[in-house]
Amino acid sequence: MNNRILEYRRDFPLLSGADIAYLDNAATTQKPVSVLDAVRHYYEAENANPLRGVYELSEKATAAYENARAAVKNFIGAKSSDEIIFTSNASASINLAAYSYGLNFLKEGDEIVVSVMEHHSNFLPWKMVAEKTGAKLVKLCPGEDGYITPAQLDKVLTDKTKLVAVTQVSNVLGQVNDIKALAKRAHEVGAVILCDGAQSVPHMKVNVSDLDVDFLAFSGHKMLSPMGIGVLYGKRSCLKKMPPFFYGGEMIEIVHWDSVRYADIPHKFEAGTVNAGGAVGLNAAIEYIGKVGFDLIEEQERLLTDLAMDGLGAIEHVHIVGSPKKEDHKGIVTFTIDDVHPHDVAGILSSDGVCVRAGHHCAQPLMDYLGVRSTTRASFAFYNTPEEVERFLDSVSSVRKRMGY
Amino acid sequence: MEDRLFYNEVLTDHNKHPYHKCELDHPDLMLEGVNPSCGDDIYLQLKMDGDIIADGAFVGDGCAISQASTDIMLEMIIGRTKQEAIRLADIFAKMIRDEATEEDIEELEEAGALKDVAKMPARVKCAALGWRTLKEMLEKA
Repeated sequence: MNNRILEYRRDFPLLSGADIAYLDNAATTQKPVSVLDAVRHYYEAENANPLRGVYELSEKATAAYENARAAVKNFIGAKSSDEIIFTSNASASINLAAYSYGLNFLKEGDEIVVSVMEHHSNFLPWKMVAEKTGAKLVKLCPGEDGYITPAQLDKVLTDKTKLVAVTQVSNVLGQVNDIKALAKRAHEVGAVILCDGAQSVPHMKVNVSDLDVDFLAFSGHKMLSPMGIGVLYGKRSCLKKMPPFFYGGEMIEIVHWDSVRYADIPHKFEAGTVNAGGAVGLNAAIEYIGKVGFDLIEEQERLLTDLAMDGLGAIEHVHIVGSPKKEDHKGIVTFTIDDVHPHDVAGILSSDGVCVRAGHHCAQPLMDYLGVRSTTRASFAFYNTPEEVERFLDSVSSVRKRMGY
Repeated sequence: MEDRLFYNEVLTDHNKHPYHKCELDHPDLMLEGVNPSCGDDIYLQLKMDGDIIADGAFVGDGCAISQASTDIMLEMIIGRTKQEAIRLADIFAKMIRDEATEEDIEELEEAGALKDVAKMPARVKCAALGWRTLKEMLEKA
């Protein structure tokens, strides 16, 4: 393991303050002190209502907020900052796209292709759009290798397909779908593509211009930022024609009783007082991730995932969900143990100080597709150590015995 | 943090070898109880002889706590009156809120083995599922 990892780990107060192995990073990550300090600094030195006041403090707040937008733009390779809309999380981002794009540009007879491995956040909004517009919801299944491939997409694409919603990394299977190839296929039939980047953006270089997606949604809190800040990237051409989703303060140019002119993008979609502190935290998180670098992040998460896959594979009565190949798992390992319910697995692991997620992971259609009721999931971040994975494996090995088997 | 010993023998035995996990022929009362957030799911069935619970059974799927708790409950209430069963359900609810006295817990017999669940907020609803469903069913009947 690279020595820098232990240095970075010390930047996370929660990790040094508790004797736990935190392996639920796909749910949310811990926050480094630089992010906490940045938020604190914002509220101590720059806080005013951004985008409104003409006094200097408000200008500082506006600058802090808009600098964060520029940082996100650079981080994901967008062409311009006005393609970055701040939301509260990935769910809010996808809802914005569904309500504003989906309800206004889809109609009866159109088809919405959604993969079966989506988080409920990228499934339910499209189900709602289908029900309200009369468009048809079309299920996109993975191929035998577990990936959503262009070949699988080809099976369901038609000239009626108007939107494709697919995740880059499954929050259960951990497999990385080839979004660039999927986007190309979607565009060939004239459809737009929305990519759920909640599990990819924190763990690998994601470049929207290279992927050529129309929308990308992700959450700040899964990438070292505070909760309550998220991003919807949208191509200018899409955002420009979309109507607002929320209406209210600071999203207008002129309002009269009889006529309204809305603000331009991105502010058109950011009604009400914005989460400037959260945006500042996200900016600091992006800076921190830049300092660590995706090379090291991916190297460490690969090391941990391989250890977990090898270790779980060697324990009797443990079954990996999804691909048996460790290289197919990007920091996420989901499993079941014979005769023991996942909530009991997580309960026993918790008594050993190991934090993992149990249940359906907000992906019930995928659980149905896989034929499992619920599962246990360990998910890693670069600040986790091989010792934590060993602690996890030791606890997993003891589960059946402690349940009386 | 959970006690290492929480999954005691009473609980693991009832989970592995439930006495009452089966279907009854022609039950008089039936009710499904679910915990949507974790997926615990039971289908409780009772046969009544006037006010007396003559027999009871359940089918379902869920964690050991939800399944064992339901099995222990049925073992206790079969042969008792509806009013006694409701009273025990109330004592059980008190116990998992950590409000029960020593005497209360003694009265719950084997179900007292679940008293530590009061210290595990995330699992309270698992332990309560069977009892909550029972009470709802009896009060409606």
